[in-house]
Amino acid sequence: MSELFRTIIEHVSLYAIPVFLFLIPVLAFVKKVKIYEEFVEGAKEGFQVAVRIIPYLVAILVAIGMFRASGAMDVFVSILSPFTDWIGFPAEVLPAAFMRPLSGSGTLGIVTELMTTHGTDSFIGRFASTIYGSTETTFYVLAVYFGAVNIKKIRHAVPSGLIADIAGIGAALFICRIVFG
Amino acid sequence: MLNYVWLFLMVCALVFGAINGKLKEVTEAAFQYAGIAVDIALGLIGIMALWLGIMRIGEKAGLIQLLARAIRPITRWLFPGVPSEHPAMGAMILNISANWLGLGNAATPFGIKAMEELQKLNPYKDTATDAMVVFLALNTASITLIPASIIAIRVKLGSAAPWEIIGTAIFASTVATITAVTFAKLFQRLPVFRIKPADTTASSTEEESRS
Repeated sequence: MSELFRTIIEHVSLYAIPVFLFLIPVLAFVKKVKIYEEFVEGAKEGFQVAVRIIPYLVAILVAIGMFRASGAMDVFVSILSPFTDWIGFPAEVLPAAFMRPLSGSGTLGIVTELMTTHGTDSFIGRFASTIYGSTETTFYVLAVYFGAVNIKKIRHAVPSGLIADIAGIGAALFICRIVFG
Repeated sequence: MLNYVWLFLMVCALVFGAINGKLKEVTEAAFQYAGIAVDIALGLIGIMALWLGIMRIGEKAGLIQLLARAIRPITRWLFPGVPSEHPAMGAMILNISANWLGLGNAATPFGIKAMEELQKLNPYKDTATDAMVVFLALNTASITLIPASIIAIRVKLGSAAPWEIIGTAIFASTVATITAVTFAKLFQRLPVFRIKPADTTASSTEEESRS
């Protein structure tokens, strides 16, 4: 069953982009759109957008990088660990959960390390993999998307994103306990 | 909000960096990550140009609007402030589908395009709209049907069943997504997060200074 699901999704993922890249220009051409001119006109924006997000990304990534390098996370992990022990959250995985909203590559590093020491098919390995696969890097997404349109006052975006991350990690623990024991 | 997050990260970095004797590493990280930020942004140029070009063709042909109309029942509830045939809707659908399929390279340009379209509907240019926050909520807690990068690492580390985390990851990300949208919608009514009238003047002066 999961094998079938995987095959279907993999095929859809494989064909989605080529089909899309083919279909849009052809349909537009039929509708008498000047496809080459319009493409170039749209593509022009690519550079400006990329440059526009630089200051936002620098601000967020520098702060996160400094935070990581300072070892501050260990302190938060030790503060939280009595609570997480109580709900049956493996303490080893706590740094990965903490890192998830801050840094994608950071989390991937921690998860890889966990799987190397505890084994990919251990509970810790499966749980950490589930956490990594289940959400996006909240602060990166916020910096890129709001940066692209120069928005600085982002209102409730941070609290809703972080609550969702906590819910996702909680759900990961719940489902992993049921499926992997 | 970001002011507090930023201050929190910086203060923690300096305080704990000093306590742990890691101030040198903290300084190095600051410079290193400033460079990484620029690399990431510049790395986006080509792929952004490609997808923004394709999007423009699709928009001119009316295809993006067609897509937006097709899923109106859901989007009308998620984004009540956005007209149902607005190009922003089309871009958001493409972004979310690309995320589901794990096509990160396409998802980001579509998402940025969606933000630009949403920004056209925004009266206060430096403040996020309700629709933007809901859209971002969908992206930060994004569902991925096949989390390819973690599976690749599991394969490399010799897992007997690298795929077995697909189901658990989909479950967790679905819970996260529902939570994100629910809280985005709940929080938008709170007085703390309401758009303040002072923002109008702030955005107009910035508009002038930019042009």
